[in-house]
Amino acid sequence: MAFTTMVGARIRRREDPRLITGRATYVDDVRQVGTVYAAFVRSPYGHAKITSIDTAQAKSDPHVLAVYTGEDLHHAHNLKASLPVAHKMPDLKTPPHYVLALDEARVVGEAVAIVVADSPYTARDAAEKVVVEYEQLPAVVDIEKAAAGPPYVHESLGTNVAFTMPFSAGDPDKAFAEADVTIKQRIVNQRVAPVPIEPRSMVASYDAGMQQLTLYSATQIPHLLRTQLAIVLGLPENKIRVIAPEVGGGFGAKLNVYAEEVVVSWVAMQLERPVKYIETRSECFQAMIHGRDQIDDLEVAAKNDGTITALRLKITANMGAYHQLLTPVIPTLTMLMAHGCYKFENIAAEVVGVFTNTMSTDAYRGAGRPEATFFIERAIDMVAQRLKLDPVEVRRKNFIASDAFPHTTATGLTYDSGDYETTMDKALAIIDYAGLRKQQEELRKQGRYLGIGISTYVEVCGMGPSAAMPAAGWDSATIRVEPTGSITVLTGVSPHGQGQETTFAQIVADELGVPIDHVSVIHGDTDKVQYGVGTFGSRGTAVGGAALKLAIDTIQAKAVKIAAHQWEANPDDVEYRNGKMQVKGDPSKSMTTAEAGFLAFMGDKLPPGLEPGLDATRRFEPPNFVFPFGTHICVVEVDAQSGEVKFVKYLAVDDCGRLINPMIAEGQIHGGIAQGLSQALFEEVVYDGNGQLLTGTLMDYAIPHAEQVPHYELDHTVTPTTVNPLGIKGIGEAGTIGSTPAVANAVIDALAPFGVVHIDMPLKPEKLWAAMQAVPSNGSVR
Amino acid sequence: MIPAAFDYVRANSVEDALRLLTEHGEDAKLLAGGHSLIPMMKLRLAAPAMLIDIAGIPQLDGITASGGGVTIGALTKHAALAASADLRKHAPALWDAANDLGDPQVRNRGTIGGASAHGDPSADYPAVLQALDATFTLAGKGGTRELRAAEFFLGMFETALGANEMLTRIAFDAAPNSAYVKFHHPASHYAVVGAAVALTLSGGKIASARVAITGIGDAAFRAGGVESALQGVNPNDAAAVKAACAGAARGVQARADTFASASYRSAMADVFAARAVAKAASAR
Repeated sequence: MAFTTMVGARIRRREDPRLITGRATYVDDVRQVGTVYAAFVRSPYGHAKITSIDTAQAKSDPHVLAVYTGEDLHHAHNLKASLPVAHKMPDLKTPPHYVLALDEARVVGEAVAIVVADSPYTARDAAEKVVVEYEQLPAVVDIEKAAAGPPYVHESLGTNVAFTMPFSAGDPDKAFAEADVTIKQRIVNQRVAPVPIEPRSMVASYDAGMQQLTLYSATQIPHLLRTQLAIVLGLPENKIRVIAPEVGGGFGAKLNVYAEEVVVSWVAMQLERPVKYIETRSECFQAMIHGRDQIDDLEVAAKNDGTITALRLKITANMGAYHQLLTPVIPTLTMLMAHGCYKFENIAAEVVGVFTNTMSTDAYRGAGRPEATFFIERAIDMVAQRLKLDPVEVRRKNFIASDAFPHTTATGLTYDSGDYETTMDKALAIIDYAGLRKQQEELRKQGRYLGIGISTYVEVCGMGPSAAMPAAGWDSATIRVEPTGSITVLTGVSPHGQGQETTFAQIVADELGVPIDHVSVIHGDTDKVQYGVGTFGSRGTAVGGAALKLAIDTIQAKAVKIAAHQWEANPDDVEYRNGKMQVKGDPSKSMTTAEAGFLAFMGDKLPPGLEPGLDATRRFEPPNFVFPFGTHICVVEVDAQSGEVKFVKYLAVDDCGRLINPMIAEGQIHGGIAQGLSQALFEEVVYDGNGQLLTGTLMDYAIPHAEQVPHYELDHTVTPTTVNPLGIKGIGEAGTIGSTPAVANAVIDALAPFGVVHIDMPLKPEKLWAAMQAVPSNGSVR
Repeated sequence: MIPAAFDYVRANSVEDALRLLTEHGEDAKLLAGGHSLIPMMKLRLAAPAMLIDIAGIPQLDGITASGGGVTIGALTKHAALAASADLRKHAPALWDAANDLGDPQVRNRGTIGGASAHGDPSADYPAVLQALDATFTLAGKGGTRELRAAEFFLGMFETALGANEMLTRIAFDAAPNSAYVKFHHPASHYAVVGAAVALTLSGGKIASARVAITGIGDAAFRAGGVESALQGVNPNDAAAVKAACAGAARGVQARADTFASASYRSAMADVFAARAVAKAASAR
């Protein structure tokens, strides 16, 4: 049994001192002798034929080591491989996605050539000297136009539709025929950019003697990246080492295999020099994956009492010009989570993936689930508005009951555990919901527009059972008790801000009875750490932490045998108590894990048949996903003169099961809410009709500054899961998923007196101001 | 985000800077705080061959503010303006703008002269300095000349500064009843609309008003119609102020971007002008 002094405590993050004092090593901090620098020549057009590339002038610069084009790679060097897409769809169209454009560029920012020089500056200057002649082709940016017909992004496909996936359960037609009310609404979930502080960064080097390629990359998936590099470059996997050092934010955008990672690795092999490439912010906006970008057409059937009986749904998802690693998978997650936390059983859905001349969409914090939560939480509010019911009561009416878990939804997911009503009621009590509604009514009489938005979300994470994943879903942990008693943990997940160097050490400290300072958590290096799947889908602790728990169990079992042997006791009579081993009921003798580890190292006092050493490697295959949930309530005031939105209050009551470090969980929620509310109010990637990116800098594309986010009031409930031995669920994406609809519902609620039913995000002041030009129903003067 | 190659030289005096400007001709740019020029160079929207760094020139930095008037050296940093209690008292509009501009890094590097000489159509100072009817001192080879703010800001990134001139000083009469309010662009935090107002009050009514608007057209402009309509208005009468501020951007070709349309920008000129009037009237 574990004694808990660390688990559940607000231990300060052990990562932070090095991060905040400038002593951390990010990719750009990696210094290797002889390093040369890459710059990419990128397409300035959304769609164009490449008629010629003249590299002579760039190559004539004595500071330039090499220039390669797609043609060079493809023909002269026979690097024909296409970038990978992981999926489980039978009829997915997978056009080739070369690492440097060959003949045709299909998105602004697509890499056309690479220039390598002795400094980043000369590389950039030389890249401007590569003369590329283009013949512009018609571009298509609008998803529906693209779905309808030509021009085609990939002419050879004869269509822009990448896949169509229908789904049906129950009898939606009957439910719609019998409905008291139906609501039809198109909801656009706009394209957003992940904008990690650290853009994509990589440095590759090649040891020709050892035939060993080493790639430092700001990635969330060092092992999966290694595997894909082996395939794409045609190298033995054991000759590739991928290192993710400190990573400055991923948000899903670094859960990928990028063309630049392949090209830079390949060039390092050609030149036998370390090659560094740190993309600029402008390149990051163009060529790092984007998130969301769906049109969700929904139709809801409901009874007069607010009971929702059926949903019809068409998800039209923008793939971008090519598939990246998980591009087509994302909107299928939206469909799977279309239920939210509600129990209706009739659903007819269709997901259509469409190619356009834009950057690929892929996983961005929430990855498909925010879209689902957004439309179902908006739909609940629309039902309430139509039926003149309180949105709280409509939610209450439709919740999956707390005694109905595990609950299998019509879309086929089995929700592990939940108690939605308790969490919502806690939030309503904290924020004094009834008082707020009264205040709203008073203010409306004065021509002031307060809005109260509720979002009761559930999400699917802890990705996930391998059978349900496009790639492996398990993860791994190794624990080594070193001879002098310190403990090394090697985790297969690859934290980049999630704090597992702290939380994993908390778990080990408790379970193995060592001071937390004696535990070191190592990750992100494929030559140090056994294969692991990585950090994404709020899986780090739910899967990687569960593997750690299994490794702890194995260590404890062996340590107990060692202790029992010294005491001539039966191992069954020895147990861990308060972090030490003792004979059950006899505290007179005890042994620490460190002592057992030393005996295991010396090797001469072990029971017969027991191998020396005290270490263990275990893997956890999750039997199911986990389904954290919560209630977010946002209160805003919208200025009727200008449409500006002011936050009045923000409350989140989340439930991610057992908390290992509440402070770190809160940090994840804070960041998640910031990104979620920012989608609701500010963010939007805009391409013009020719595929030119209009929001390509931080002067145009808004990410929230501190002054633009409210104070967050947080609380939680604890509903454990049985999916993993820690009883925990993920919390990395919940804030983003829960917050966007809470903010949108609040803003739209504020505008209810103007007859507003829905406004698409981002809820910019101008849109709100335009809607408020109507005469308000309360008759007050604006 | 990597600028094209350029040379760099430091000027030790105004004379030195003017000499270098003449010497290097059109390829040269003056560098003060660098917070407008350097980002443009990084995006390769500007590629001067020579930067003449004037940041170290002594005697161009400093604020004197009293009831008699305000004089500011062109190299005075935003942060110094934002921290000046005298400025807050004698010209709150400029103090507002300095506090509401950029972020701490920008405020600690950027200068009032550099920001003004850049002529950004969405910058704050062009409106404030027009509302304060500031006088700009320009040093050139043949001596100095003085221009009123309204004569200085000519168009988009265009000012009256000659090729071989530099801005050395900005001066204006004290304007205790002045204010600046700004609608921040959510990304750049430049003004979608910024309204600067300087009032004189008499018997609880507005005796005279200067109103200038930035962020809308190619350059900040004085809203003459609003200025005359405000005369005699009780600044605490919200309806009357609103009526007087209607059409603040009339006749101005408004710009549009992905955040705000031209018509919305124009409508917001009225709203923010009215807010600035109310704030200026209540300034102490």
